[in-house]
Amino acid sequence: MEEAVSLELTPDEAARITREQRETKAAKSKNLLEVRNLSTHFFTPDGVVRAVDDVSFELGYGETLGLVGESGCGKSVTALSLTRLVPNPPGRIVAGSVVFDGVDLLKLSEDGMRKLRGKEIGFIFQDPLTSLNPTLTIGYQIAEAIRQHMGLSKKASFDRVVELLAKVGIPRARDRLNDYPHQFSGGMRQRVMIAIALSCDPKLILADEPTTALDVTIQAQILELISVLSDEFGTAVLLITHDLGIAAGMCDRVNVMYAGRIVETGSVDVIFERPRMPYAWGLLDSLPRLDDVRGDRLRTIEGLPPLLINVPDACRFNPRCNFARDACRDHEPELTAREEPGHFARCWATDKGGWIP
Amino acid sequence: MATQTQSLPGVAITARRSEGVWRDAFGRLRKNKLALLGALGVFLLLFAGIFGPLLAPWPYQVQDLAAVVANNNLPLAPFQNPSHILGTDSLGRDILSRLLDGAQVSMTVAFVVQLVVLFIGVPLGAIAGWFGGRIDTYLMRITDIFYAFPDLLFIILLSVAFRETAFGRALNGVLLVFVAIGLTSWVTVARLIRGQLLSLKETEFVEAARAIGVSDRNIVVKHLLPNAIGPVIVAVTLGIPTAILAEATLAYIGIGVQPPRASWGTLIADGQPYIRSYPWLTVLPGIMIATALMSFTFLGDGLRDALDPKLKGKQ
Repeated sequence: MEEAVSLELTPDEAARITREQRETKAAKSKNLLEVRNLSTHFFTPDGVVRAVDDVSFELGYGETLGLVGESGCGKSVTALSLTRLVPNPPGRIVAGSVVFDGVDLLKLSEDGMRKLRGKEIGFIFQDPLTSLNPTLTIGYQIAEAIRQHMGLSKKASFDRVVELLAKVGIPRARDRLNDYPHQFSGGMRQRVMIAIALSCDPKLILADEPTTALDVTIQAQILELISVLSDEFGTAVLLITHDLGIAAGMCDRVNVMYAGRIVETGSVDVIFERPRMPYAWGLLDSLPRLDDVRGDRLRTIEGLPPLLINVPDACRFNPRCNFARDACRDHEPELTAREEPGHFARCWATDKGGWIP
Repeated sequence: MATQTQSLPGVAITARRSEGVWRDAFGRLRKNKLALLGALGVFLLLFAGIFGPLLAPWPYQVQDLAAVVANNNLPLAPFQNPSHILGTDSLGRDILSRLLDGAQVSMTVAFVVQLVVLFIGVPLGAIAGWFGGRIDTYLMRITDIFYAFPDLLFIILLSVAFRETAFGRALNGVLLVFVAIGLTSWVTVARLIRGQLLSLKETEFVEAARAIGVSDRNIVVKHLLPNAIGPVIVAVTLGIPTAILAEATLAYIGIGVQPPRASWGTLIADGQPYIRSYPWLTVLPGIMIATALMSFTFLGDGLRDALDPKLKGKQ
């Protein structure tokens, strides 16, 4: 009893300590995730592919950030790099830092990283048909992360699995634990994937095109589910998609990626209302609209993203850009601040002194 | 579904049971008559191998000299004397009892050899397939060497080299032969597992397992090997007749099972000098070997069709 007394703090002291803790935590990182100058290259026989090239962004606690762009512009590799799951060889993270909740993931030991995956960072993959193991039951696959990270008893983890399955909207959850993935429909399987991603209350979920393999009605349900559950659990989401409609509906902020670079970043309103990069214009313009004239052709951005081998010092979008001038071919523009706070774009034409007002 | 409910009037459609891969495969196996015949043969042989000594009318080494003397010193023919249904050899030993003893040897060889094969082949194949690269290259070159080396020569060399050691004398010299046969037959399983893992490790569910922090070891053991097990079961079942034949061959040339214990191979070797006068001495163990080989082969083929329905019809 006497010892307990000596351990007690006066209210002043207690307040001081919590304040200090809060301040040091805030000083360490106001953001859950801070990616700085991340570069992931693939070393192929044809040369070095700069799949992710000098990418920086941050993600606040509980925030939903979109990462949009065409196929092959480095969105998925960015997500894989964050969890250090880039297949090596041929891929390697060559530079940068990924500070997650105050810890630089790129400096962590492989074992430390493994303890983080699934616990602090959940992953939802594109294709629920292939990301579940066909020979293991659903119950086992959800319980795997729980047993791996939370050290629960068999009974407790079983209860948690049932609770999770019910939470992601699978009816008769208890009866379906011993079912195999082939007994679930595509949407159900994606729900299972979400249950796996949420199983250990992660701080961040990386959702890599979570609805691409699903049809449109199921897509809406799954997105709704992700959005509701991430709010409920206070989970931050990095949503990778090539569907701007999804990004507009789900995200607080959006990063537009092109050819391994972030070319524009800003709040979702700014990106959709006042984008300052011809690539973003092209992406937005290629969305089909309800008021389109029937029979008109769908608009596209001509050409393909460049090969990311031996990239010259030039705007990477210039071969496909209708506004490109010599300046675009001579030097690559930097991400520069635009009118709204937090809005950055990588374009000579729309920058100060550019030829597009 | 409709025909089923029609054939079972009054039976409500029950809730769909959890149907695993295994139940599915078993359903297909049950429809394959040849495989069922093989399974029956395997079951009978196993039964004979396990309970043979209890069923045998005589101990395998006892000589019923009185019966042979009464028969003008000639071996008894089958059905000649009710106490020796399948007759005796020239020393008065009961053929049925010796065949049953041989069944025990053959069944032991069948399973011990496959255990050795799994014990070596699965880890080696898994390591090669999972790590790939240089490790894979080295391990596969070693397997190539084992594959290229003449099996019989290797087994004979091993048997001779270790004959006088404790290991060589264990279980009447049989253990050495088992291990030697196993050492020459793991290559197929190792290659199979490696091939399976090479393709399986690129699947997305492996990436998904990594993304939730499953260790490499658990990914291989819990996620990959169960996916690779089908072809391995087939290879193991089809490896059994090869092992039985190898044991019989070795016994025939005098390596392995030592008298007075009987193996089907030694029975043939013993009976061979009398093949013109007393053909049953060689024919009966020959029939046993043939039955065993066919049973396991039929079952193995059936398992292959059952576990990989896509393969059927292509061949």
